[in-house]
Amino acid sequence: MTLRLVRAVALNTFREAVRDRVFYNLLLFAVLLLGASLVIGQLGAGQDVKIIKDLGLAASLLFGVGIAIFIGIQLVAREVERRSVYPTLAKPIGRGVFLAGKYVGLLLTLAVNMAVMTIALFVVLTVYWRLTPANVQAVWTAPAVDPRLLIALLLIYVELAVVTAIALLFSTYSSALLSATFTTAVWVAGQFVTDLRTLETIGVSGPTAWTAWAVSWVLPNLALFDVKAEIVHGVPVPALQVAAAVLYGIAYSGALLLVAVVIFRRRDFK
Amino acid sequence: MSDPVIVVDLLTKDYPVGFWRPRPYRALDALSFTVAAGEVFGCLGPNGAGKSTTLKLLMGLVSPTSGQARMFGQSVRDVAVRRRVGFLPENPVFYDYLTGEELLAYYGQLCGMPHREARRRAGTLLDRVGLGAERRLAIRRYSKGMVQRLGVAQALVHDPELVILDEPMSGLDPIGRRDVRTLILSLRDEGKTILFSSHILSDAETLCSRVAILAAGRLQALGSMTDLVEFSVRTWDLLLDQVDDALVERLRADHAQVTSVAQGRTQVQFDGARAPEPILQAVSAAGARVIALQPVRETLEDVFLKHVEGKQRHPASREGGGAA
Repeated sequence: MTLRLVRAVALNTFREAVRDRVFYNLLLFAVLLLGASLVIGQLGAGQDVKIIKDLGLAASLLFGVGIAIFIGIQLVAREVERRSVYPTLAKPIGRGVFLAGKYVGLLLTLAVNMAVMTIALFVVLTVYWRLTPANVQAVWTAPAVDPRLLIALLLIYVELAVVTAIALLFSTYSSALLSATFTTAVWVAGQFVTDLRTLETIGVSGPTAWTAWAVSWVLPNLALFDVKAEIVHGVPVPALQVAAAVLYGIAYSGALLLVAVVIFRRRDFK
Repeated sequence: MSDPVIVVDLLTKDYPVGFWRPRPYRALDALSFTVAAGEVFGCLGPNGAGKSTTLKLLMGLVSPTSGQARMFGQSVRDVAVRRRVGFLPENPVFYDYLTGEELLAYYGQLCGMPHREARRRAGTLLDRVGLGAERRLAIRRYSKGMVQRLGVAQALVHDPELVILDEPMSGLDPIGRRDVRTLILSLRDEGKTILFSSHILSDAETLCSRVAILAAGRLQALGSMTDLVEFSVRTWDLLLDQVDDALVERLRADHAQVTSVAQGRTQVQFDGARAPEPILQAVSAAGARVIALQPVRETLEDVFLKHVEGKQRHPASREGGGAA
């Protein structure tokens, strides 16, 4: 029964996202950027295929984060602001189930987005591979149509799942605008978690270093999901590292969802 | 006698106001009432009286500071109790990217109905509230009155035994109000219990078997319409034509209040305890013509104003709870 409710909320959330023009604009822009990378690739002799892969992976991440934040905050904050949450929560559905449905719905939206981006990236790479002479291909460190790109894309998706959970957590108790701001801030800070833990190595000490160290254990360590450079340059990425990153992402998102549910359950809808 | 459907017991709600040093604001103060099965119960009061807070407390949208509420013998915090309750919020907002049919089908699924059954139910309900022709229209294109009708439909999607409607007539034109009145009466005839809030007293007067009057977060009056409203005639209003001075003098001597009104007519008011027939005979004998005779009774509006005017909100204690 609970799963059926989660599915109903998730499908409605997905429907909301795909009927939102923002989603299409972001997706169209991302695909156009990928297409443009074909032209940009012509500029770097020998490096061109890496540029296309770099751009493709970066675009998947950035536009995914854009969707996770701008559609993610609508999950709850905008529903509360517009009061469309009232008739929904007056139905026999627990607030935890409602939040879980919203989260799964956005994960589904992001999965569709990632699938489109992945197909676009592989189409661009295939076209480029076919157009490139064999002598140029010989200096490539990794094949153009490299299935290992899927590992980088998988970890980007896990990172997006974490960002979505952050957006969901903030949107359970603050406005849509603040949620977007906070989520963006955490996403940026999450890229530098390792630096925060090693501030002492650059001469920072005392309370600043301790605070940074403490904060670093609360922030998500998003650098764990970044294997773009290794994949693009053909450097091996151990399976254990990928599995650990995926498990970390699931555990971190799960913990955030639990906190979000606790906050949301206590909330009054005046 | 069966157990009451709703039991509200010393329900109190404080909201914190202020950013730096939040102080409790008592929105509802020790409210108690019960609603029996099959009743149409009206929750009346001016804006800010605590009507919506009461209904939101019943629906679990806000938690009480103290006191408790039960529906069908279960705590209102129990999600399962909402299977038996439908709710229309005040000025409802729905997912405007959905059509009316999609929205009702979605809500039906949230109430545990299989998708196909929810879809079928959606069609039936849209017809019932007069939106059958607009079932495939996106809600963003609905007028305010259509959204309100849709709101009533979504409250009924799982065929609940208890229907709670917060200002159901809000935003409706006279035809819409009549339709909702008819709908409420038909729900009552089906044996459903109805609790609604309103500040439109004529609606409450037509529909309710009992009412609670709230002001400043407190219960001011509670009872059946016959308990609250004095149905005996307070005064008689008599409108006459062709009245001569002798008749005026005679009526005044008879303790009637005589006033000249437009078009040479005369209005006569006399005590409701008196029988009107002797006065009518005297008027007729003096050659005057009777245009109208009307009994003036107390209305719910009189009762409402008597209980509501000048009521001040009691401050909440900083500790919260501790209903007075």
